Amino acid sequence: MTLAQLPALQVILPLIAAPLCLLLRSGRLAWLLSILVSATALIIAVLLLRLVLENGTVIYTYGGWAAPWGIEYRVDIANAFVLAIVTSISTVVLLFSRVGASWEIKSSEQSLFYTAYLLCLTGLLGMTVTGDAFNLFVFLEISSLSSYVLIAMGPDRRGLTAAYQYLIMGTIGATFILIAVGLLYMVTGTLNMADLANLLPALEQSRTVRVAFAFLTVGIGLKLAMFPLHLWLPNAYAYAPHVVSAFLAATATKVAVYVLVRFIYDVFGSSFAFDSMPLQSILVVLGAAAVLSGSTVAIFQHNIKRMLGYSSVAQIGYMILGISLASVSGLTATLVHLLNHALMKGGLFLALACMAFQLGGTRLVDLAGAGRRMPWTSAAFVVGGLSLIGVPLTAGFVSKWLLVVAVLEAGWWPVLIVIAVGSLLAVAYIWRVIEMIYFRSATNPDEHSEETHWSLLAPVWLLIVANVYFGLHTQWSVGVAQRAAQMLFGGPG
Amino acid sequence: MEVLALYNYWVVIFLMMTGFYVVIASGNLVKKIIGINLFQASVFILYISMGKVSGGAAPILRETIQTYSNPLPHVLILTAIVVGVATTALGLALVVRIKEAYGTAEEDDIHRQDESL
Repeated sequence: MTLAQLPALQVILPLIAAPLCLLLRSGRLAWLLSILVSATALIIAVLLLRLVLENGTVIYTYGGWAAPWGIEYRVDIANAFVLAIVTSISTVVLLFSRVGASWEIKSSEQSLFYTAYLLCLTGLLGMTVTGDAFNLFVFLEISSLSSYVLIAMGPDRRGLTAAYQYLIMGTIGATFILIAVGLLYMVTGTLNMADLANLLPALEQSRTVRVAFAFLTVGIGLKLAMFPLHLWLPNAYAYAPHVVSAFLAATATKVAVYVLVRFIYDVFGSSFAFDSMPLQSILVVLGAAAVLSGSTVAIFQHNIKRMLGYSSVAQIGYMILGISLASVSGLTATLVHLLNHALMKGGLFLALACMAFQLGGTRLVDLAGAGRRMPWTSAAFVVGGLSLIGVPLTAGFVSKWLLVVAVLEAGWWPVLIVIAVGSLLAVAYIWRVIEMIYFRSATNPDEHSEETHWSLLAPVWLLIVANVYFGLHTQWSVGVAQRAAQMLFGGPG
Repeated sequence: MEVLALYNYWVVIFLMMTGFYVVIASGNLVKKIIGINLFQASVFILYISMGKVSGGAAPILRETIQTYSNPLPHVLILTAIVVGVATTALGLALVVRIKEAYGTAEEDDIHRQDESL
């Protein structure tokens, strides 16, 4: 049965293709292989999602060793949804990177670039699909190590220090997760997540379990750039090659958010996390602080990529707020925002990449007069920006609306104010860019750069149109997220 | 005496905090990598001592032996050691590149050069 092998193929295909890229040596061939593999992974993810929506959880046991002893891959609605997000973003970014990556990466290094890219994809997919806590740590390190390499490939030397800083903080985070997994194994004798979920309720009072939970939350918090552990993120996104910024911003933090959700709601259970541990008050405060501080700092950035990085910190804050509500509607808002934020940030970073190439930089002043010189790219940036703010008819509005409804359900009025202020601050930082693009004339009017090639505009607009599509047709995205949230709360899948 | 009997965990905590302190307090990029190494080594010891069963022998099938130590944590930590080696190698490679680009491996000097841009 091929369908039964899908969870394994999802991870193994990019894992095998990565060293093949290295052997190919030619950048063009490596790109071709990467996009084939990524598109196949996307098909597998879509097949898995359909399979899971119809028949419930799909389980794959490695080597035929049954669950608590062997490693199992367990695909349910929640991670099938994340798999679909990661593979589709990766495919769109690869469509862009045939030309997009060649701007910043030397042709002799391109096959190495695609090797690291595929390894990163392997790690992210593995983290999502696995049902084993230690296996999750290994995949986390695969994706982290390759993303350090990808960030360090940026043309600016500050990319090196950004990658180094991320390496230090990422390793501390991953080691914290390793400690937590060890402590859990100490008291339960199992590494399987489903098995852990069965055994942990009886051990709620154990101090070891509580310490493990704390280590895990901080460790994953470092990986998902939860305020105040976000310091690595703005520099890493600002100085990485543009395609890498788009890929990581749209996928890496999303997978980390999914892992946090999986551990809080599924492995430990929401009653342990929110009733016997003070997680709720911590997450509310940190989420609100992320929204306010991230958006405020974004307003004062001169480099637009850095600005988008700080805006990511704020958007992750919204996801944390959704998690902290401990309700099905809050979790639905978080899961929908995983998809919507991936679409908007991917689109914005790719549009910015086009502008950077044509206009010579990503500083705010570089974009002066871009509206006339690159009308299509500028329009894409504006629509993506509107989605980031949460204007009706865009995907951003849907996730904000769901979050507001969930907050009202809980009666948390102060949080509502935080969301409103966060949106206003987003208007401020997006408006600075729009003003520069449309209402300032170019600093050097003689120089006349034209619109980017259609092969670059196509992937940008694919993501932007998806933003509008998921803003109008919410049935699918919200429906799947809602079922996933109900399942994570212990309801039927 | 229970506190002393758990001496292996005290060693873990001591190593972990030493490593963590070096990472935070040291301004030299290579020393930070050494700190990370110490930090990871403490977790290796945590795992290894976790698998020890008092009176247990090495997990090799022999007729005379009844109790065995748990080999699984050791196998797990073998993987984590490999990950640690890879992280160290990548970190040091980055330091070499940083030294080439900035002419220094001291954090303060690098910040000063970036700010003067």
